[in-house]
Amino acid sequence: MKSLAELKAIKEKAQAQMTARENNDDGIRVLVGMATCGIAAGARPILNKFVDEIAKRNIHNVKVTQTGCIGICQYEPVVEVVVPGQEKVTYVKMTEDKIDRIITEHIVNGKPVTEFTIGSYKD
Amino acid sequence: MRELSLNVLDIVQNSISAKATVIEIELLEHIEKDLLEINIFDNGKGMTEEQVKSVIDPFFTTRTTRKVGLGIPLFKMAAEMSGGWLDIKSEVGKGTRVYTSYGYSNVDRMPVGDMNGTVSMLIRMNPDIDFVYTHSINEKSYVLDTRELREQLDDVPLDTPDVIEWIEEYLKENDAELTT
Ligand SMILES: Nc1ncnc2c1ncn2[C@@H]1O[C@H](COP(=O)(O)OP(=O)(O)OP(=O)(O)O)[C@@H](O)[C@H]1O
Ligand SMILES: [Mg+2]
Repeated sequence: MKSLAELKAIKEKAQAQMTARENNDDGIRVLVGMATCGIAAGARPILNKFVDEIAKRNIHNVKVTQTGCIGICQYEPVVEVVVPGQEKVTYVKMTEDKIDRIITEHIVNGKPVTEFTIGSYKD
Repeated sequence: MRELSLNVLDIVQNSISAKATVIEIELLEHIEKDLLEINIFDNGKGMTEEQVKSVIDPFFTTRTTRKVGLGIPLFKMAAEMSGGWLDIKSEVGKGTRVYTSYGYSNVDRMPVGDMNGTVSMLIRMNPDIDFVYTHSINEKSYVLDTRELREQLDDVPLDTPDVIEWIEEYLKENDAELTT
């Protein structure tokens, strides 16, 4: 059974790593819409997968956070990617299998995946 | 919503918007009484009686200045569909208590779904808020209280990956214990 005492070991390990961990306030931000419309459309697994994939690939300068309703409920789940110094990119009708390309092409290599953005869905 | 755990995820967003610092979630499965209860309590900014009335029944309000919220009406509908109800008690400056009940075996009761996923996501995305999660099945229950975790962790944040993993394991093990 899990015991609170195990957290002591986790703490010590984390404290040892903390000084090494860089501040990522000026890094890339991934914003997942988590208002009622987003959650109903399936935002929870999208957010989870972004967090897991970014951790798995050891990408350090990215922060995944949640955001409210941005007024395009019919396009939910919506994910916004903000790269410092570039215009914000809005991905719409997100599915889990779009995440791989967004991370590889946009977050790692700096090239937005245009076909998943809102511009490709609106006429 | 496809599962009640998603309604909970959504309703807790209201508590977060209301600047709550402690949020309690209760999942109480009284299977022997054919009753399911899901309650969410916060210490956020609260609402007036008038506000509570209008959020529960947004279409009865004469207000047109604000967009009509969907979160609470959807939660209420999920409860009523199964023969249950939703009730809100709130006090300005003190906090809000949202109570729901369901007919456990009612065919129109939505599944609870991945409540542990909701709890761990809420902690991960809001590491500065304290969460208290209680899950009971009949007379057995357990509690996860992030304030107790913090005591062990000192300045190590709750959204540290190893901590989240510990929480997920803790919930899984305790759930297994509830059904033995
Ligand atoms: N826990 C709470 N504390 C304080 N105010 C609340 C709380 N829950 C709800 N409210 C008030 O009730 C309103 C309606 O909530 P509801 O969840 O139904 O819709 P919403 O959050 O406005 O929009 P959405 O459709 O995205 O959920 C909120 O905007 C807020 O003003
Ligand atoms: Mg809401």
